[in-house]
Amino acid sequence: MTDILLSLSGLTKAYPGVVANDDVSFDIGTGEVHALLGENGAGKSTLVKMIYGLVKPDSGEMTLRGRSYAPAEPRAARADGIAMVFQHFSLFDALNVGENIALGMEQPPRMRDLADRIRAVSETYGLPLDPFRVVGDLSAGERQRVEIVRCLLQDPKLLIMDEPTSVLTPQEVDILFATLRKLRADGTSILYISHKLEEIRRLCDTATILRLGRKVGTCVPRDTTARDMAEMMVGSSLKTPQRAGRDLGPVALELQGFSAAAPSAFGTALKKVEFRVHAGELLGIGGVAGNGQDELLAVLSGEIRGTEGSLRLKGADIGGLGPRARRAAGLLTAPEERLGHAAAPNMSLTENAMLTGAVRERLETRGFLKWGAARAFATRIIAGFDVRTPGPDNAARSLSGGNLQKFVIGREVLQRPEVLVVNQPTWGVDAAAAAAIRQALLDLAAGGAAVVVISQDLDELMEICDRFGALNEGRLSPTRAVGDLSVEEIGLMMGGAHGMEVADV
Amino acid sequence: MDLTAINPVLLVASLMVAATPLLLAAIGELVVEKSGVLNLGVEGMMIVGAICGFAMAVESGSPMLGFAAAAAGGALLSLLFALLTQVALANQVASGLALTLFGLGLSALLGQGYVGVKPPPSPRLDLPGLSDLPVVGPILFGHDPILYLGVVLTACVWVMLKFTRAGLILRAVGESHDAAHALGYPVVRIRILAIMFGGACAGLGGAYISLIRVPQWTEGMTAGIGWIALALVVFASWKPWRALLGAYLFGGVTVMQLNLQAAGVAIPVEYLAMSPYLVTILVLVILSADRSGAPAALGRIFHASN
Amino acid sequence: MIVLEKRPEPSRGWSLATPVVAVVATMIFGGIVFGLLGTNPVAAIATIFWEPLFGEFAFYYRPQLLVKGAPLVLIAIGLSLGFRAGIWNIGAEGQYIVGALSGAAIGLAFYPAEGWYIFPLMVAGGALGGWAWAMIPGLLKVRFGTNEILVSLMLVYVAEQLLASMSLGLLKNPEGFGFPGSRNLQQYPSAHNAELIAGTGMHWGVATAMIAVILAYVLLNRHMLGYQIRLTGEAPRAARFAGVRPGRLILFCLGVSGALAGLAGLFEVSGPAGQVSIDFNVGYGFTAIIVAFLGRLHPVGILLAGLLMALTYIGGEIAQSSLGLPASAIQVFQGMLLFFLLALDVLTNYRIRLVQRERS
Repeated sequence: MTDILLSLSGLTKAYPGVVANDDVSFDIGTGEVHALLGENGAGKSTLVKMIYGLVKPDSGEMTLRGRSYAPAEPRAARADGIAMVFQHFSLFDALNVGENIALGMEQPPRMRDLADRIRAVSETYGLPLDPFRVVGDLSAGERQRVEIVRCLLQDPKLLIMDEPTSVLTPQEVDILFATLRKLRADGTSILYISHKLEEIRRLCDTATILRLGRKVGTCVPRDTTARDMAEMMVGSSLKTPQRAGRDLGPVALELQGFSAAAPSAFGTALKKVEFRVHAGELLGIGGVAGNGQDELLAVLSGEIRGTEGSLRLKGADIGGLGPRARRAAGLLTAPEERLGHAAAPNMSLTENAMLTGAVRERLETRGFLKWGAARAFATRIIAGFDVRTPGPDNAARSLSGGNLQKFVIGREVLQRPEVLVVNQPTWGVDAAAAAAIRQALLDLAAGGAAVVVISQDLDELMEICDRFGALNEGRLSPTRAVGDLSVEEIGLMMGGAHGMEVADV
Repeated sequence: MDLTAINPVLLVASLMVAATPLLLAAIGELVVEKSGVLNLGVEGMMIVGAICGFAMAVESGSPMLGFAAAAAGGALLSLLFALLTQVALANQVASGLALTLFGLGLSALLGQGYVGVKPPPSPRLDLPGLSDLPVVGPILFGHDPILYLGVVLTACVWVMLKFTRAGLILRAVGESHDAAHALGYPVVRIRILAIMFGGACAGLGGAYISLIRVPQWTEGMTAGIGWIALALVVFASWKPWRALLGAYLFGGVTVMQLNLQAAGVAIPVEYLAMSPYLVTILVLVILSADRSGAPAALGRIFHASN
Repeated sequence: MIVLEKRPEPSRGWSLATPVVAVVATMIFGGIVFGLLGTNPVAAIATIFWEPLFGEFAFYYRPQLLVKGAPLVLIAIGLSLGFRAGIWNIGAEGQYIVGALSGAAIGLAFYPAEGWYIFPLMVAGGALGGWAWAMIPGLLKVRFGTNEILVSLMLVYVAEQLLASMSLGLLKNPEGFGFPGSRNLQQYPSAHNAELIAGTGMHWGVATAMIAVILAYVLLNRHMLGYQIRLTGEAPRAARFAGVRPGRLILFCLGVSGALAGLAGLFEVSGPAGQVSIDFNVGYGFTAIIVAFLGRLHPVGILLAGLLMALTYIGGEIAQSSLGLPASAIQVFQGMLLFFLLALDVLTNYRIRLVQRERS
């Protein structure tokens, strides 16, 4: 790693009320895998958007192979050999693989030639892909391959990858890393954005760490412990959640042969999902995104009707009940998407407290609403869960992701659920808030509630859960005690090899 | 009543004439919707096109100049919609309604001096030999140029959407504006152009009513054709050739009921006059299950935050 | 370069100020249009906004304000519930017609009997007629997912034909010397929606509109159903999560707006209009859309907006006779008002910033 490919110096970008990047400088060498490490909100994505020409810096400059580099738009960045694999938002579901790839190229060849080139590149790098399949039907891992192949066809000098492993099984991560190492060997530089420390230690040559928009350190990941990196990233020593010893109570929630049709064209059908969770138990449900997580939460919350099989809460069949009746019975849920699903962005926190709290907190009498009580409930959530906001009259959208998530989880936890189901409770949340949320879930279970955590963050599930199961294409593996599981077994569960029956096609 | 008075050849020929305003407006709106924008102002743009075209044709004596003015008028009015929805990020449904209400008023205002005036006749295709053929002649070779333009436009839009890069980009923008933006495509600019194309087409369609189909100017003369064109896009499930088929179908219903009225069928005139609207509802009901061609970002507001 | 920047909170100030600014901007641009038409812009604006309230014949025009405002407010209140929830009933004109037809039909069926029960039955019939007409797009949407915008609008044209057929056929005045149109209900005491206090313009429709404003206010601010309506409009997925049944909400919103439009039609046909005739409907159903938006979909706002819009109607008529301003100029004026309102609305949620063009 002798010569420098891209050099950033003094990059600053401010948005009203927040400095996203403050005087950030570092170099990326040719053929180097360079990690950009930081919490959510540390300024990683703003930084790469500047490199990719989506955002212009307020000050500072970049040099690419010794020449001044200031892309006006992504097109210019691509012309200079910079390619980016996005975390999400860059594929078109209704178009096929070839069309998606052509859209990311300046001078795409004819579709037939392009299809040949796609096949060639995908074979070279071990990323099998059919150019004529519709992207909406692909799995998360395959979708990522489309993005990577799209980048590789342009022969990039620098490949930017934004949180690439968050949608992959452990086995798929291995395949991806093999591809990236091969690229590095061919002389391609990679800017690898992540907050997963072990992966960075396995893959990257250098790491630049950002915190609150500033560069706080550089290290060689192989020679640095994950804990040290984490502390640089967070700026303080981390508190590990405390799990108290718990006694399991009777079965709180039980699903048997539970099926539901896919709610939309690109949704996932649930097929004979079965699990039981006891009072005082934390059940983790892992799996790659798009394998039925949203659907599972929606059928449990009562949003999706028309299910088959049985759903029992403390022995009582609640399959026919709607969301409000389920809440009354003690089954509470918190969906993944905070804005627009768990909370209404433009409504105040008081109004959002009413959203799920009306039934159990008695915020209505015969249809008439008690706004005073709702406001008091919102205030209680804000105080109890350390939600940073001026007050309950502020709109949900004015809160940061972590604070809103604390509000959403707090809203359910404070209603003393018998069973709480949460989907991606710490997605896009800063480390301090994530730790607080996990602790709240543990405390809830310790208090005798059953908790189901659906998450794509395996580390999180291993840290807080007692049992683990994985969703794959709408099927749930049998659940197993977390203590007995190896990483390989988890990977197989996520990949759909349940080791129990021949898959019914 | 005398059903033998209905001449099938003339019926087909006049069906094509009745279908053309619908087709023009629907093809324009199809492109707009493919880019992810729902413009409910078709009726307003049509009626403004109708009067712009009519006025220009009367003043200049040239129907073709009239059509050009109609396209310009429709496009100009659609630019208002583009400003509202793409720049000021207003709700598309409300803005479309506003466009229609405004267009109806504006056209009435512009058309004050033109009530009862006769427009110059439009030229017809006259291919010696071909146009005189029995049956085939009047159906295929005896029309005005704008009718053929409608068919050609359908073909062009089909080719553009299916085979060209411009079409691919347009579809991509309509599918996910965030993804298109991330790849560096100018979402707002593309949508404004699409909206203006839709406006020009609607204007042409309107002028076709006032200059050829009727031909005269009366207030509110589009009588819901713009709305039927919107329904037609759903009927066509966003496919150009199906829009053509649908337009001819609706044209057929319209012409049929007019012929039945003329033939003195024992059904009251009012109930016959309802039929195109009732057929539209029926078709919407039958086809609303199929949203396969619907652009995913249809009607959503795009703001490139950060 | 001008950049729009999303506000963390919707601005309350702008939300209240935009209708006022929009009215002022419309006055300015409307004045320019009137000027282009050869009318003195200042005189035209003064005639429209001043004459009906404080002019020489204000004693006549002021009651007219209530007469014209009531149907607008009544319809707009109903529409605003749906608009809030993202349910777009734009066929109020049709529901207005059908309400008038069914209510008038009941009254005419009793002719010439007199009885206290006739008018209440007509009111019920009017509401039911409008409700039923609105249920068509409602049920089709719930059952088949059909677009309610297009269906409700198509039904306006159907209703207009129905109106024509009725005034030429079934409901035609048998003693009308063959002229189209029904008997005049103003001359049928049991069916006449007379002024409650003579000379004020105050009839049952005005009273109903006031009640509707109050009930809508209570519904939206104090009741679960109103909360669910607002929630559905703000975030449909969150509404489903909260337990809202979308189908029921669609039927409720369309039903209420249809019933209110039907009531407006009934009060009109049995009062100010007096009879079913081919040109009975004058576009209240469409103008009410403007009223609903101008009033920010808020009941009190709608009340004010309805009165303002009634003012432009009356003022427009005065300007028509005294200044020769074409009737369509007022329509343009009203359309412009909606444009400005929608354009300025962006300021509620976004902030406009001027930034220096960045180096490239």
